[in-house]
Order: sequence, then structure tokens, then C-alpha cells
Amino acid sequence: MGAISVDTKGTPSLEDLAAQALDLAQRHGATAAEVNSGLGKGLSVTVRRGEVETVEHHRDKSLSITVYFGVRSGSASTSDFRPEALLEAVRGACAIARYTAEDPFNGLADPADLAKSIPDLDLHHPWDLTVDDAIGLAQRCESAAFTTDPRIHNSEGATVTTHEGVDLYATSAGFMGTVRSSRHGLSCAVLGEDDQGRMQRDYDYASTRDARDLPDPESVGREAARRAVRRLGSRQIKTCQVPVLYEAPVARSLLSHLVSAITGPSLYRRSSFLVDSVGTQLFPETVHLYEDPHRLKGIGSAPFDNEGVATRHSDLVADGVLRRYCLDSYSARKLKLVTTGNSGGVHNLMIKPGSEDLAGLLRKMGRGLLVTELIGFGINSVTGDYSRGAAGFWVEGGELAYPVEEITIASNLRDMYRGLVAVGRDVDRRHNICTGSWLIDRMTVAGS
Amino acid sequence: MATDISHAQNLEKAQEFLLTPAGIGAAELEQVMGRILSSKLDYADLYFQYSRQESWSLEEGQVKSGSRHIEQGVGVRAIAGEKTGFAYSDEIVMPALLDAAQAARAIARSGQDKQQAITIHSGHSLALYAPCDPLSSLEDTAKVALLEKVEQEARRQDPRVKQVMASLGGSQETVLVMRSDGVMAADIRPLVRLNVSVIVEQDGRREHGSSGGGGRTDYGYFLTEERALGYAREAVRQALVNLEAAPAPAGTMQVVLGPGWPGILLHEAIGHGLEGDFNRKGTSAFAGRLGEKIASSACTVVDDGALPGRRGSLNVDDEGTPTQKTVLIERGILKGYLQDRMNARLMGMAPTGNGRRESYAHLPMPRMTNTYMLAGETPPEEIIASVKKGLYAVNFGGGQVDITSGKFVFSASEAYLIENGRIGRPVRGATLIGSGPEVLTRVTMVGNDLALDSGVGTCGKDGQSVPVGVGQPTLRIDGLTVGGTEE
Repeated sequence: MGAISVDTKGTPSLEDLAAQALDLAQRHGATAAEVNSGLGKGLSVTVRRGEVETVEHHRDKSLSITVYFGVRSGSASTSDFRPEALLEAVRGACAIARYTAEDPFNGLADPADLAKSIPDLDLHHPWDLTVDDAIGLAQRCESAAFTTDPRIHNSEGATVTTHEGVDLYATSAGFMGTVRSSRHGLSCAVLGEDDQGRMQRDYDYASTRDARDLPDPESVGREAARRAVRRLGSRQIKTCQVPVLYEAPVARSLLSHLVSAITGPSLYRRSSFLVDSVGTQLFPETVHLYEDPHRLKGIGSAPFDNEGVATRHSDLVADGVLRRYCLDSYSARKLKLVTTGNSGGVHNLMIKPGSEDLAGLLRKMGRGLLVTELIGFGINSVTGDYSRGAAGFWVEGGELAYPVEEITIASNLRDMYRGLVAVGRDVDRRHNICTGSWLIDRMTVAGS
Repeated sequence: MATDISHAQNLEKAQEFLLTPAGIGAAELEQVMGRILSSKLDYADLYFQYSRQESWSLEEGQVKSGSRHIEQGVGVRAIAGEKTGFAYSDEIVMPALLDAAQAARAIARSGQDKQQAITIHSGHSLALYAPCDPLSSLEDTAKVALLEKVEQEARRQDPRVKQVMASLGGSQETVLVMRSDGVMAADIRPLVRLNVSVIVEQDGRREHGSSGGGGRTDYGYFLTEERALGYAREAVRQALVNLEAAPAPAGTMQVVLGPGWPGILLHEAIGHGLEGDFNRKGTSAFAGRLGEKIASSACTVVDDGALPGRRGSLNVDDEGTPTQKTVLIERGILKGYLQDRMNARLMGMAPTGNGRRESYAHLPMPRMTNTYMLAGETPPEEIIASVKKGLYAVNFGGGQVDITSGKFVFSASEAYLIENGRIGRPVRGATLIGSGPEVLTRVTMVGNDLALDSGVGTCGKDGQSVPVGVGQPTLRIDGLTVGGTEE
């Protein structure tokens, strides 16, 4: 075993570890190998009813290696970076590759597709946050929730988190890219109680790359309280078919379902309701959906994907027509297409906002259901059948009439995409997938 | 006595494996615990863990990928009142352990209260499974061959089977817990799982079916009683049923739930709401309702981590407490909560062996183990015959619950209409929604056919996943909202 350099903390650098793992793989006879590795640390502090509840110090560390013996492959991962653990991981991956079948589509990404330069996307802003400062921020956040409304009687707490780290991808063909990034968050979840003792919970949160971009903690607490209180007095409604407006934070899930249906494995297994749909009209003509992977400070920003392929600004849906799938090299080869730089997922998926805010969309809907929360997993990815638990508000005359709960909303995702009447300009940017609210022409609401 | 002997063996193996290589012995553990307890604390623990996992997966007739994963580390937790300090290290060495101890104990502000001397002694443990190593229980070639046989069995069932995906996974986890009361406990936990998923196609319509199982044993489990082949046949059967399925009804109706895995109802509607943390904090819809009638008299529900070999079972929980059978609801009356040590202490109750954590890098919480309803007396045929118009749901995907409002969902993946007491045509999957504190009051018939699930459940809470089991007999519920599309 060769010596490996060690930094002051006693942990070898990720670059050295990756190089060593790749070298070990080749010595074990691998014809090619790739390494994904990460190292990070963080702090998470929760305050509940004004008192500290938990202080958690996080350190994460992982290295995974995939080895290729010609077109056979095997993988292994470890959280232990000592030389003997690294050796065991490489041996484990090689042992598996001895028994897996030949797969002609296996292998590293085509060198022509790899990122040639690694742009600085301004993702790394470590926050020198002390435990005491974190406690103070969380207390301000939660206290604002309690003072917003007297019906806020209990809390699950307010949490402040910070995390920073480095991720690396390297191959035996000489690619090595590292990305440093940070992520910070503020969140608050509180409970309201009505005069009959019935409780409702809701929350709000913020998530940014740079702590200076976080909102005031008080505003997060107030929004959590507003959301919890407005749900008090929720009731069931009768079964009906009506237009449904998905508030932006829940509308995002409809784009997640789309992405999973156009991702490589779902397509080559033909287990997706969207097989063979490139070039077809999935949405009304006004819909424009694109990836914006190089947005500075973006939550989903990345200069290259999980196999080193350069990411780029690219349409997914234009004029309502699906333009491409989301592929990595393996599934692209299988489907006789080219990689779209989506190994590991999409990067800042955005839908073009419309002209109306949420109030405008409510007026446009007139009578129907505003959905603010979804629960459960009732999506059949093979058929697109959709049935999920929901809570929200009954809407009459374009205004919230009363809160509703214990209902389901059902349709088929194809019909829902085709029936997308409008997208709001109330874009929720806290995630890798960003959208405004969605107004869908008609769904079945099941209730009493 | 046998259990104490097996625990002594587990303890010895765990120490040899986790502590000896780092030169950590009783003196060192006492030193670390002493350092933590020099702050004013109510409780502290050290949790050492080493786990090895592997998975093999087959698609298109061949096993094309496999992976191995090794994880190890130590978590240090310190509790003062309702405050918890937590730090961990993925290196089990003294300097890292002392650093983590320092960070965790900072939760208690007033230091130097009392320097506590502790005496390490062995705790008690059950012996529900052998400390076997699933990964080495079968040659790698035999693992591949098993998946290939499963694939062939699925394809053999019907020419409409277009895709078969199968996966085999196994793990062995060695844990050692040391508590501030001096108790030391260890567990060596095997776990295996096999899953089959198929896509069938007819006249351009495609559907999906899946099945699987496993438990705390080795891969030999799948080779006995044709279990693995049985999963393949079941996945195909389900997929073919769904090919014929019509749109599901929408609205509130009588629902009959089949035995076994539909017990996910209890997990979502009742189980989570009875976890100690939510009740201590008063955030559960069940808070403060001990002794009240929350279910029909036909319902007795337990959580039992002490069933031999089950996926949700543990010899000791992740705080070193032996697991047990805990009665949650007895003849309709709410009897108990699921407790870890912290919530039990704060609520003045006894721990129930439900303190669980995903790994050393996560904090323990009250979690379910195997949650099920005891059998009633009615034959299932009579229950179905009693329904004029309703839904018969026999297989489910996942579920979820809002602890505070008590509203829960679970999604059927195989269901039929009941018309005039007879099982009618299959209907497409639909989500069922109800209210936890109310749903069991509407249970009017309980079958004599209690079954536990086949060992496929994973429960998520606060971002932590743990393996669990569920079960129930056939149940009739008079009024549950079914989320189909047909009015």
C-alpha cells in the first residue's frame, strides 16, 4: 500500500483518497473505475417552547467506487477512509464484478461529454455559526410564531441548520472534479388549537446556499403560524369533480413525477406512462420547462453531473411538447440516444412563470379546491394513475371559503398535465425544482 | 438463561470487533462516560455500530449490478431534562470518542456537578435470531442463480410478462450500547430481503405487480418452501389482476381490508400517534387519551419487537432495552404508548424497548417494531358476505399520517368491488384516507385469520428509516374514504 498524504485534521484529502481507490482498482485488474466521494460537516440546533431541545453536530463522509472489468461492473461504498477499509471496498466491488453479467452498455461516460472546465457557481458560503447564535435565531423564529396568533398553543420547534462540504468525482480515465458547497436552513413547525380542542400543524422553512440570503427568522415563524391557524376548523367536503389549484410548494411534486417518468431506467424498462413520448404534446402550448444548472447560488446548481458530464441550460418542454428525456450515459446507450447530463437527476428545473399570483389564480378558478398539503404515495408510475390524500381550502367566488381535510384528489398524470390551465408567478425557489402554483382544470375529489 | 448466554456471546463478539481494535476496554469506556457525566446530566449513552450490506439486482434476465456498503462509527448522546446534545464520529478511536463526548455534553451548561463513578455491567437481551452473517451464507454465484431462477419463474407464468426486476439484499449489523447507568448491551442483527417486480403488457396497456419478503435470518430462508419462487408468482398474479382493473370508486363506503400487509392501516392510523415523543409534547391527536375508548371492542392492537426472526424484531433496542409485547389498544381502550428511555423518563413511564435509530449518526426515537391486531372470531368469507356494496382491498403500497390532525392515508395496489356479498371486478389502485382516532371505532367485524406481512416494511420518521413489520386479520370498516376517480 502506498503512503497517502494526510491533512492537519488527520483525514487524507478526497483527491488523494480517490486516486488511491482508482489505483487499487486497476491493480486488482479493473479496466476502468470511477469514484464518487464526499466530506461534510454541519450543525443542527432545535429550540422548542423557548428551550434548547437538540444540538446535533454532523460529520459525513463517504466514498463509493464502481469498477469495470470490460463490460462487467461492481460497486461498493464505505464511510471508513482508513487504508484497510478502502482496500476492502475495492475488493468488494471487484468480487461483485466477477459474478455480474456482461452488459455492453456499461462503462464511463464518453470523454467528449465531460466537463472541460468547472465554472464557479458561487455555491460555497460556510457559515461560522456558533451553537449560541443558532439557539438565538431559533428562539426568535419560534417566538414570532407564538406571538402571531393566540391560537398557536404548541410547537414542534424551530430549527437552524448549517452544512458545508466537498464532493468529488474522479475516473481512471483522468477526470477529477470537485465542488465545494454549503447549505443553510431555518424552519419552524407549530400547532394551532381551536375552541373545541382540535389541533392543526403546519410549518414554513427557508433554504439557501448563503446564510446572508436567509430571511429574518421572525418571518419564517410568522408564516408557520399563519399556515397552521388558517387550517383550524377543517372539514370534509362531498365527493365532486372540480378544478384544483396546487399551491407552489405542492405543485413541485407534479414536476417530480414528470422527471421520474422520463428518467432512463423507467424508459428502458418500459415502466413509465411516458415511454415514447418525446415529440408529443404533453402540456398546453404555453408551457415551457427547462434546466438552468449554472444559476449562481442555485440549490440545484452543478457544473457536472454524477459521471462528470457537463451540465447545460436546456429545454425539457417547449411549446408544451416534450423535447427530451433525462438520461445518464448508461441509459442513453441502451436507448440509442445521448446523455443529457442527468446522472443523479435534474439541476434547477424551472417552469416559466405565468402572469398571475396566487390570488389571481384563485379568481381565475372561481369555485374549486386549493391544495396546500399532500400525503401518501398513490402514484402508479406505469399507468400515470394518481390518487393522493390532500388538505387545503374550498374556494368560492375566487376566495378561500373554509379549510378542508380528509379528502383525496385523483386523476391521471397525463390528463393533469394536459389540463394545466395556468402556472403562477409565485415561484417557490427553495428547491432544485422551482415552480409557481398550478391550476388544473378538473380532478375527482373524494370526501364524504 | 439461554438468552443470557447468547447475549454474553454477542457482547464478547461486539467488543472484540468494535472496541478491541481501537484499544478501547472497560477503563476507556469508563473514562469517556466519566468525562460526559462531569456535566450535570440525566442520561448519556455511547452507541457503537459496524454494518455490512450488499445488494444484487437483476433486470432483463441478467444480474448486471451489485454493490457492497460498509459503515461504522460511534454516536455520543447526552441528555439534561428535555435537552439532548449529540455528536458522532465515523472513526472508532479514543481521541474521536473524547471529542464527541465533549461536544455532546456541552448541552448541560452547569458543569462539575458530580463526578460519577460507574460500574459497567451486562444488560439483558432476548435471543430471537442467530447472530449469522447473511452475506456469507450463500456463494455469490448462488445469489446470482437465485435471482435468475426467480426471473424465469415469473416469465414462465404468463407470456404477457414483459419485464422482471428482482433484487436480493442482505446486511449484518453489530451494535454495542453503553449507558450512563452502567448497562452494556450488544446485538448482532442479520437481515435479508428479496423483491420481485414485474411489468405485464396486453393490447398496449401496461401494469405493474410486486412482491417480496425477508426477515432476520440468512439467504437460506428464500430457498426453503419455494419462498423466492412464490414471490415471483405473486408479483405476476397481481400485475395480471391490475391489467383487468376498472377505475376505482370515489367517496366514503364500507371497506374490507385483507389480512397481513394491509395492517399498514394500524401502523399509520394508530402506531405513529402512540409514539411517546409526540404524546409527551402534546402534538399527537392521541395525546392525553390513555384509558379512553378509541376503537371498537373488537380491536386489540399490540406492538411486539420480541417475535422470533421477524423483520421488525430486535433482541435489544438501540438503547439496550430488551424488546417486548406492548399492548396499545385492549378491547378498544387505549392502554399504552411506545417509549424510548428519554420519553419514558419524562412521562414517568417505563421504557418499552422501542428506542430505535437508523445508525450511529442519528438520534434514537420511539419507533414501532411489529405492529398488529389480534385475531377475532369471524371467518373472512362471512365478513365479505356481509357487505352489500363496498371495496375489498388486499394489497397496499405505502402510507403516511399527519400526527397532529390524525389524518392518515394508505394506497391500495390491489382492490376489488364487493357487490351483494361477493368479490366483484378488480379496480385500479386508490388512496384510502381516514382519521386515526376514529377509524378503529368503525371496525365492525374482525376476522379469525390474523397474518403478519412477509417482511417488506420500512418506516420513515424525521428522515430516519428502520425495518418494521405489520399484521392484522381481515377487517370490516364501516366508512372509509376511497380516493378513486368514479363518482
